This record gives sequence, structure tokens and C-alpha cells, in this order.
Amino acid sequence: MTMSIGTDSIYREIILEHSRNPSNKGTLDPNDFTYEDLNPLCGDEIRIDVRVEDDRVSEIRFSGRGCAVSQASASILTEMVEGRTLDEVKAIGRDELLAEIGIPVSPARMKCAMLGLKVLKAGVYGVDHATAELDRD
Amino acid sequence: MVIASSSQPVGTEFRHSEPLDGARVRADFPVLNREPRAGRQRLAFLDSAASSQKPQVVIDALTDYYGQYNANIHRGVYELSEIATERFENSRKRIARFINASSARECIFVRNTTEAINLVSQTWGRANIGAGDLIVFTTMDHHSNIVPWQLLAEATGARLGHVRITPDGRLDLDHYAELLAQEPKLVAFTYVSNSLGTVNPAKAMIAQAHAAGAVTVLDGAQSVPHLTVDVQDLDCDFLAFSGHKMLGPMGAGILYGKKHLLDAMPPFLGGGSMIRKVTLERTTWADAPAKFEAGTPAVGDAIALAVAADYLTGLDLDRVWAHEQELATYALERMREIPELTVYGPQDMTDRSGVISFALGEIHPHDVAAILDEDNVAVRAGHHCTQPLMHALGVPATTRASFYVYNDYDDVDRLIASLQRALDVFR
Repeated sequence: MTMSIGTDSIYREIILEHSRNPSNKGTLDPNDFTYEDLNPLCGDEIRIDVRVEDDRVSEIRFSGRGCAVSQASASILTEMVEGRTLDEVKAIGRDELLAEIGIPVSPARMKCAMLGLKVLKAGVYGVDHATAELDRD
Repeated sequence: MVIASSSQPVGTEFRHSEPLDGARVRADFPVLNREPRAGRQRLAFLDSAASSQKPQVVIDALTDYYGQYNANIHRGVYELSEIATERFENSRKRIARFINASSARECIFVRNTTEAINLVSQTWGRANIGAGDLIVFTTMDHHSNIVPWQLLAEATGARLGHVRITPDGRLDLDHYAELLAQEPKLVAFTYVSNSLGTVNPAKAMIAQAHAAGAVTVLDGAQSVPHLTVDVQDLDCDFLAFSGHKMLGPMGAGILYGKKHLLDAMPPFLGGGSMIRKVTLERTTWADAPAKFEAGTPAVGDAIALAVAADYLTGLDLDRVWAHEQELATYALERMREIPELTVYGPQDMTDRSGVISFALGEIHPHDVAAILDEDNVAVRAGHHCTQPLMHALGVPATTRASFYVYNDYDDVDRLIASLQRALDVFR
């Protein structure tokens, strides 16, 4: 049996590295907003805490448990948004996050990959909007 | 009428002295013989506990129905409808024989196990359960054998009792006896756990429940496809099972119920077929099973389900069970070679089916299943619709492999090799 990872595998270095050594893992107390949610399909859970200064994300931490894809994606997301204004965070679409991940994500794993962004957006501007925007297939 | 017939199944041609040959049986299953994508090995399908694959004879039964004698059943006076009706009712008789019901009238066609259990809770339950009555089910039950009883309790004010499990994933029978001492009205439990493979001592538990005055509902979703289930020997009051887990189509399952209970029960859904006489003011009901079969049923699916039952009888359920025991024994043995792997539920093959739930180190089950999928090994990851059981085990989810008639040693070897690769990927 070959030990190499197929070119269609999602388990390439960026996912494995972020899942082994996540960035910004933890919680912030106090924080300016916090939100958590889960993916009922596989039980992935993510919580994101944010501190805001001058309308920008000054500090961000995520915590939770779940598959490598959801946890690595949340880690990548926290790196992306640090220092951005809240309006810029609101403007992040799933294509931007997918581009940052840089690996094709199959429909079956899309909810895992988007969980962190969904939680962050719900924290920034309300639950319903984030769900409507990211739950389309 | 001559029904177009495909080649005879090869899996059922054997000498009874021979064990079942998974690779040979596989020849009857088109999905398992599909050419894999370039660079991939053949599909190792280890998710039959969720839904089994279908043999060509079952697929042919569906296309024969739609292609040769499609018509609505009952009341049609033309030839096609008569043929369809005869075959539909003949299927009921064969399925009744398959579970050794004393009469075909005790077998109601439903969609699946879930619908069968909901039928009992909404008819027998509404008529017989009142405020303060106790309903007992178990920690290892599937959501389909938990939620209908919770809904019934909410509607009636009944109380719920849950049989605890032991650390090795068996029912705590002392706790069961304690709950029975409170004289429950109804006891519902699964014969075989869909998550752990535990085989519960159904016959003894049913006898105990009857001694306590309770009516029993047996969830047969994971047992009827794999071992001989004899409703008269078990003496269960109700048995629910799905066709799609026993090589049949998706749209037909069975609720078995003892005749005297079915006769006394109010109907389930109201509509056509289930009536004796309708006026604008009131309606009287047909006898069972029609009383519980409102509307046009999935005729082709019901007919194909009997073909699936015949195919299993042809394979011989004793051999089917022995085959799955052999594969699960080998799989547990190979899994012990992997120190990072933890098996949940019974650790040996005593009273255990071919369903194996496990954890692979700290790797999330979703990731394990995804890596296995890259090697074309199909398993399930998640809570398997048994969240209370997962909670009792202290895990959010497990990875589950399940064996059936078309699996063989090669499938187990593929599983183990892929699990080793998952460990390497995440090392």
C-alpha cells in the first residue's frame, strides 16, 4: 500500500499542519463578542472570541473540537481576519476562505470547512444572516 | 404472464456444507462490481448497517413491476391490477414466513423501521398509555426507538425509563429488572445495537416484560437482515424492521404485530384502503393489515422486499450469521494489531454482531472515514442516530464498520491497511 497522499486528498500539509499546530487556539476573557455553534451532522463544535479596537479585530481566538478540516479551517480563518475591520470581516465570502485553504473541498466536507466562518459572521452580525449566506450548497 | 427474468443469482448456489463465500455473493450485486475510478481499488463496502446494497434479482423485481405489470392494487378488475395485487399479497405471505408470523395478516407494509415504531406509538400508544404510565426503552436504542416514545410521553403525561448500559456496551439487566418491577405498560428495545453490535437477550427480556405485564416492541432493523428472527419463538408483541437494510429497496419495511393487538388498535393514517364504510359523518375501519395501510403503498418495493427475503433464505440465514461472525472475529483480531485503536462495546464475539464501532487514536471519526474513502473503503462516522449511547460512552462520535453477505477477508484487510495509512497521515 502506498503511503503517499492522493492529489484529490484534502489531507495535505496546510490542513494537517493547522490541525496539529493551530493558530490562535484558546479563549479571550474579557472579549467584545463571542459566539459558538456546532455542525449537527458530525458534532464539530467551534467557539470564537474576538476583541475589537478602532473597529478592527485586534485579537481573535477559537476553541472547540471536531474534524481536522473544521479545526484547520478555523485556524486559517483567524490568521486571515486579524487586523481587519469588522466591515471587511463581513465581506469575507466562502470563496475567499476556500482560496486561502487552497485545496478543493468536496460538498460532503463544505459544512466542516465553513463552520468557523459561520460562527465568526454570526458573532459579527447576527445568526440568521450568517446561516442564510453560508448554508447554500 | 411471463415476467422477464435475469440470470439466476450465483450467491445462492452452494452446498450447505460450505461456508458462505463473500466474493462469490458479490457477483450478484451490481454496485459492488462497478469499475472503480482510475487508480482506485474495488469498493470495499462496510456500511451495510446504514443500508445494504441490492442484488440484481431485487433490482429486476422492481423493473419487472414497473415494466411488466404496473398498476394500483386492490379493487382493480383488469388483469394488470389483479397481477399486481396477487404479487403484493403473495409478498406479504413470504415475508410473514420469513419471520415465522402465524398469519400474513400480522404483517403491515410500512416505509421502514421508523415508521413502524411511530405507528405503534401513535395507535397502540395513544389508546393504551395514560398519565403516569411507564414506558421503558434503553440507552443503546436508535433515535427511532426513543423519539416516538418521548413524543407519546409528552402527549399523554407518561413517564420514561431508560435501561442503563454496562462499560462493555451491554444492557444492565439488573437495572432492567428494577424498571420492570415498576410495572411498565410498554417495553421497547433493539435486538441488535446498530452502533455497538451488541446482541441483546431478546427472548428472555420479552418473557420478563410479559411477566411484568408490559407489551413489547422489538426493533429488528439490525437483526432481521442477519439472523433468524422467529416472532413466535421470541413471543414479541411487535417487531419493526426495514427492507433496505436486508438487500431490499428503500421504500418498504414491515411492522409485525400480534393479531389480537392489531385488531384492538385504532388506525394510523386515515384515507383510502383502510376503511370498511365511509359516510360524511363517520367511518368504520377495515381489518388489519389494511386498517394500517392507508393510501397507495410502494407496491414494487413491497414485492422486491419479498424477493430480498427469498434471496436471504437462499443464502441461508444461519450461514449469513456464521459468515459475519467469522469476518468480525478476524476484524477484531486485526484491530488488536493497532495499539491506537479502541473498540467500543463488547470486546469479544460473545453475543455480538458484525457491527464494529471504534476510535483511532485522537483522529476525529470524520477524518478517519474520509481517509478510508480515499482508499475506496466505505464506513460510517458519527453518532449513528444514538446520541444517548454516545453520551454514555463519553464520545462525540465513532467510526463504524459493518459486515454483510458480500464482504470477505479482503475487505477486512483493506480496512486495516487504510486505518494504518490514516495513522501515518496524522502522525
